[in-house]
Amino acid sequence: MSTDVLTDHQAEHEDHDLHHEKMKGIKRWLYTTNHKDIGTLYLWFSFIMFLTGGALAMVIRMELFQPGLQIVEPDFFNQLTTVHGLIMVFGAIMPAFVGLANWMLPMMIGAPDMALPRLNNWSFWILPFAFAILLSSFFMESGAPNFGWTFYAPLSTTYSNGSTAFFVFAVHIMGISSIMGAINIVVTIMNLRAPGMTYMKMPLFVWTFFITAYLLIAVMPVLAGVVTMVLTDTYFGTSFFSAAGGGDPVMFQHIFWFFGHPEVYIMILPAFGVVSTTIPTFSRKKLFGYSSMVYATSSIALLSFIVWAHHMFTTGMPLAGELFFMYCTMLIAVPTGVKVFNWMATMWRGSLSFETPMLFSIAFVILFTIGGFSGLMLAMTPVDFQYHDTYFVVAHFHYVLVTGSLFSIYAGAYYWLPKWTGHMFNDTLSKWHFWCSLISVNVLFFPMHFLGLAGMPRRIPDYALQFADFNKIVSIGGFAFGLSQLIFLVIVIKCIRGGEKAPAKPWDGAEGLEWTVPSPAPYHTFSTPPKID
Amino acid sequence: MNKPESEQDQKKQQTEHKQQNTTLIKKLVLAVFAMFGFGFALVPLYNVFCDVTGLNGKTNSTAAEYTADGIDTSRNIRVQFISHVTSGMPWKFYPITEEVTVHPGEIKLVKFYAKNNANKEIVGQAVPSISPGTAHSYFQKIECFCFNQQPLKAHQEVEMAVQFYIDADLPKDITTVTLSYTLFNVTEAVKASVIAKN
Repeated sequence: MSTDVLTDHQAEHEDHDLHHEKMKGIKRWLYTTNHKDIGTLYLWFSFIMFLTGGALAMVIRMELFQPGLQIVEPDFFNQLTTVHGLIMVFGAIMPAFVGLANWMLPMMIGAPDMALPRLNNWSFWILPFAFAILLSSFFMESGAPNFGWTFYAPLSTTYSNGSTAFFVFAVHIMGISSIMGAINIVVTIMNLRAPGMTYMKMPLFVWTFFITAYLLIAVMPVLAGVVTMVLTDTYFGTSFFSAAGGGDPVMFQHIFWFFGHPEVYIMILPAFGVVSTTIPTFSRKKLFGYSSMVYATSSIALLSFIVWAHHMFTTGMPLAGELFFMYCTMLIAVPTGVKVFNWMATMWRGSLSFETPMLFSIAFVILFTIGGFSGLMLAMTPVDFQYHDTYFVVAHFHYVLVTGSLFSIYAGAYYWLPKWTGHMFNDTLSKWHFWCSLISVNVLFFPMHFLGLAGMPRRIPDYALQFADFNKIVSIGGFAFGLSQLIFLVIVIKCIRGGEKAPAKPWDGAEGLEWTVPSPAPYHTFSTPPKID
Repeated sequence: MNKPESEQDQKKQQTEHKQQNTTLIKKLVLAVFAMFGFGFALVPLYNVFCDVTGLNGKTNSTAAEYTADGIDTSRNIRVQFISHVTSGMPWKFYPITEEVTVHPGEIKLVKFYAKNNANKEIVGQAVPSISPGTAHSYFQKIECFCFNQQPLKAHQEVEMAVQFYIDADLPKDITTVTLSYTLFNVTEAVKASVIAKN
């Protein structure tokens, strides 16, 4: 990849020459088809949703600070856990990754924009409506959905409250948005790569989004199908999941998790892409085992389709089924292990430096591995009977989603902030953000393992006395973690407003086309594709 | 940087790009619809899969014919009956005989008691399930109240019959089977479908 840094003059020229003027004010954001604008919208939206979902989590932790019912009713508690899960999965993590994809993919493959810019605008702008519908149900008489983000039938059908239709349509819209985003990513990557950029020359970041987009196209329609079945079961008298009418509630779990397990990888594969970009940069080495990374990512994606029933070991499956799903699940540890060892090998004897993106990346590797190991424990059928639906599960998926996905998003955000804003972020504050987050996140989630092993069930507003001490520690960690995230908000706002001027390539070890354009990246980049050797 | 040589070239490239995009988008949208359909296809697939493997203990839902040749008196199978009334179902419902011992091939008749405790007519539907699930294809019901919906007038009580036999091919390791009936209130659903029909 040998393209010279464009001078400011050239960039201005391109900007002026080829494209119409930016609109001003709100219209710029409403009508925008520019991948950088849409990326920014996605990132801000996901951060607002992250704070919203976080606020719900704070209430959950307040309630669980002491045994007994303190501040919320059990039914409202269930609404909190449900909406917290839905918002964090569909509103925070997924849009944040789509935001990163929008900003970086075209710049990484030397394309002028995403392939379908107007579709791109639409897939973002329907999202706020989806979450407005979902959140508005809090103000309904019956309250928000209370059946958990997994909406198991018959909780979501026979026993659901009046807001189920709101929930279903919100999920439909989120699904449509994700599918359109995924189609856009696939078309962009397949058709808009700069001449000379073969598939195996694409940055790994691009590869992971490519594979994730395929996963989205394959499973989001299944989610749309299953929520539709819930809708007709609840309101139109069908009996997909009602045994009285010849249906089967266990079938709900099969269809849901057929979507749900690939969904887990939709939220983690892009994270692999981000840290595979940052770790080589700050190790000043090439990524170790590039092609093995590509194959590992693909095989994780393929395996994700045949492991769904490990969420259902306690539903009364026959032994053969339990063994099949147990072995397939454990098999996923192999390609994941390949990735972890590749990151370690990349760092091995590199000249490491510990800028904030690197700190988050290293924390990702270590803490995600802890989450992976607890996943491996859950994969073992016999022990899963003990761990099932306990806080051990809660600890597991928060390790992979918070210290996994979220930390990688932070790594990526810090890594590219200078490119996005043209300013360096405040280094001291960012270190504070990292260390506060790292310590508090472990205080928050690590004791949950012990709570789970001791038998504390998940999704309950009250608990037995022996869990009180650990819950208090967890809650304190939770509040500290929540507050620490506000530091990030301050850093980003400060970084947008000013700060040390960022050069085109602020990280000396960085590689890739995005660093060949000036910082901040001009509104239009690569109107003429670069040549890749 | 290699710029396209003339405007014509550029235009040609653009239309080519557009065509490429359109075909790819068509394929991807088709995949989306196919997967949406697949989600619904999972419903019959699931039932077929369960039927073939007997995974969830669903027994026959229509009357079976007696086809066994002779009774295998060398084996004794314990057959237990249990009942479960779902919430929102104001009936009393239990097996009169809780357990019988049968030989494979032998026809047996047992009765269940049901009483409607409500002040209005209630339609009930019993859904059978058998454990262990692997026994599902060997347990044959010749006659069962679960084949039909059962309407009971206010405070009416009945005895309902199940006539069954067990296939001689029942795997040797199974010595006990449990037949469970779960009773659902389907009054609203029946009303809705009657209204829909008229």
